[in-house]
Amino acid sequence: MDVKRRKFLKIAGISAIAGIGAPTAFSTLLKGEVNASSGGGHGEATEKSDAHAEEKVVGKQYGLVINTKKFGQIAGLAEKCTAACHAEHNVPDYGNPKDEIKWIWTESYNHAFQGKSDHKKNDALKNLPILVTCNHCANPPCVKACPTKATFKNKDGIVMMDYHRCIGCRFCMAACPYGARSFNWKNPRETYANGEMKFYPNGINKEFPTRMRGVVEKCNLCAKRIADGKLPSCVEACGDTKGIIFGDINDPNSEISQVLKNTFTIQRNPTTGTRPSVFYII
Amino acid sequence: MLEKALQGKHAYWGWILFLLGVISIGGIFYVFQYFNGLGVTGMSRDVSWGLYISQFTFLVGVAAGGVMLVLPYYVHDFKEFGKITILGEFMAIAAICMCLMFIIADLGQPLRALNVLLHPTPSSMLFWDMIVLNGYLFLNVLVGWVVLHSHYKDAPAPKWIKIFIWISIPWAISIHTVTAMLYCGLPGRHFWLTAILAPRFLASAFAAGPALLLLVALIMKKVANFDAGEKAIQKLTTIIAYAAILNFFFVGLEFFVAYYSELPGHTHTFDYLFFGSHGYDNLVGPMRFSAFIGIVATIMFLIPKCKQNTTLLPIMCIMIFLSLLIDKGLGFVLGGFVPNPLGAIVEYYPTIPELGIVAAIWAAGALILTILYKIVLSVEANKA
Ligand code: SF4
Ligand code: SF4
Ligand code: SF4
Repeated sequence: MDVKRRKFLKIAGISAIAGIGAPTAFSTLLKGEVNASSGGGHGEATEKSDAHAEEKVVGKQYGLVINTKKFGQIAGLAEKCTAACHAEHNVPDYGNPKDEIKWIWTESYNHAFQGKSDHKKNDALKNLPILVTCNHCANPPCVKACPTKATFKNKDGIVMMDYHRCIGCRFCMAACPYGARSFNWKNPRETYANGEMKFYPNGINKEFPTRMRGVVEKCNLCAKRIADGKLPSCVEACGDTKGIIFGDINDPNSEISQVLKNTFTIQRNPTTGTRPSVFYII
Repeated sequence: MLEKALQGKHAYWGWILFLLGVISIGGIFYVFQYFNGLGVTGMSRDVSWGLYISQFTFLVGVAAGGVMLVLPYYVHDFKEFGKITILGEFMAIAAICMCLMFIIADLGQPLRALNVLLHPTPSSMLFWDMIVLNGYLFLNVLVGWVVLHSHYKDAPAPKWIKIFIWISIPWAISIHTVTAMLYCGLPGRHFWLTAILAPRFLASAFAAGPALLLLVALIMKKVANFDAGEKAIQKLTTIIAYAAILNFFFVGLEFFVAYYSELPGHTHTFDYLFFGSHGYDNLVGPMRFSAFIGIVATIMFLIPKCKQNTTLLPIMCIMIFLSLLIDKGLGFVLGGFVPNPLGAIVEYYPTIPELGIVAAIWAAGALILTILYKIVLSVEANKA
């Protein structure tokens, strides 16, 4: 029942996107075909209106391909990525799980991929460290839920946060199906009497702002580094291993698109309809 | 306490002082939270909403419950509700004020609350919730005041107010529907993702709201000579009974879908709430207690002997109210976060400051209610 309903909604949704110029989404649906050329040039045509049809692409969409095999092979690589990201972005360390803030971290296969089980699977899979972070969804529920547009999708497809607008209602945290968001329960800028930062034992990166208490934060796909022509910190931390590949998944000529085209990848929880832009090679 | 409070001048002020005391203590805790952040609460990355939002959700229902008096009285001309309809409207005012306080208490950056208006975002259900809640507050203040004022002047209520009364009826439905939509539109939260949520919310609201009202009316009858009328009271018990039955019917349907389909996403939260899951069971006691007293009270509401027993009736009201408070004001919101999107279970325990703030907001609601009802009583006394 549930699956059927979802399928139907998805078909109707795709038809609605693609069939703007058509009489109604429904008639398009009934014809069994989606006429993409009437969709105002929204990219490649979708051949058949079946529920698993290729999703429409609009503009740029930066994303990542995470090659979990590399992380299984190279011990400590995943931790290196986390450390690089958290140092770059001044992610505070509160030393307890209740106040924890994390942008990218490691999970087991069956935790990262909800709905997929590791029952009777090989040991390698069970021990595989899976890096998880914000998926910069093409259809992000967090953006839809935010009452102030403090979380928004930028022109590069990155789901961004405006820390100065966020009211701290945490609706986005309830809305994100990936647990990608963290809240500043405490003031990360708190200092000891001698002026030393309490929650940044390793000092702070002056290139990136620290946050105030009471706002939500998460991976920003290194929007600032990208603007400066650099690679995301986690990608850089992988060095030549190609553990993580970064690029525009909507540009057919990008390296990431080539990898996606030629390699079998999966996304986290695609049934939520969020269209994640982070892909995994298992 | 309330009994005595309404008896004499002394007791009345004693009650007010008590409420002010609770409000002050909670106020101090709020100042503490304001300067230290929401870290002083028990909420975490995984259970990112706690008592504030769950109480808010429940109280929207109490506010909407007022419509169960407004509708029979104004639309079906059920005259017996003449005296207590105003109580329903004023209860809605107090409940909405509490809702707004709970929202503010929950914000990480309360000073920025107006950003919701400065950057209106129609795709966000929170934006709509704010509109319908404030609209409902306005409607009830307007209608309640105008009707009471004309009653005071012994004049019939002006014709134009009818329009607002009529608007207030679907509006009451809307506040709880939109509040349900905060939850039931989120793709990753299976426990909340159910189309039956808004009807379920409404059914529970139409039982909890009138139950509280009936309880207050019974107390006022005893201590303040305010007689709502036997017919009105019996009608209220019928409303409560049907609403409670509907509520448990809807909950039963949820159980069926979860346990017959055996879809893990659907069963997991129910397991956690009613049976415990992987050793985590801090809500099992309250949830079973809630189900038990709720069902027992519902049955009692169907038995004429119980309904007419003046000692039992207030107890039945408390049972229904408490049952639904635990169900919606605790289990529903907290359960939605278990398991978290990564399949882990994190439990939540409110902290002392958090409980203090919750108590203060309830006290503030009681204070608003007391003052409003005192006004109603004075108007009535004036006429006698
Ligand atoms: S992963 Fe979560 S936070 Fe990131 S874009 Fe998707 S819904 Fe939003
Ligand atoms: S917490 Fe901030 S970013 Fe998240 S929904 Fe609320 S205002 Fe938007
Ligand atoms: S893309 Fe940048 S912000 Fe996101 S996880 Fe990697 S390093 Fe962190």
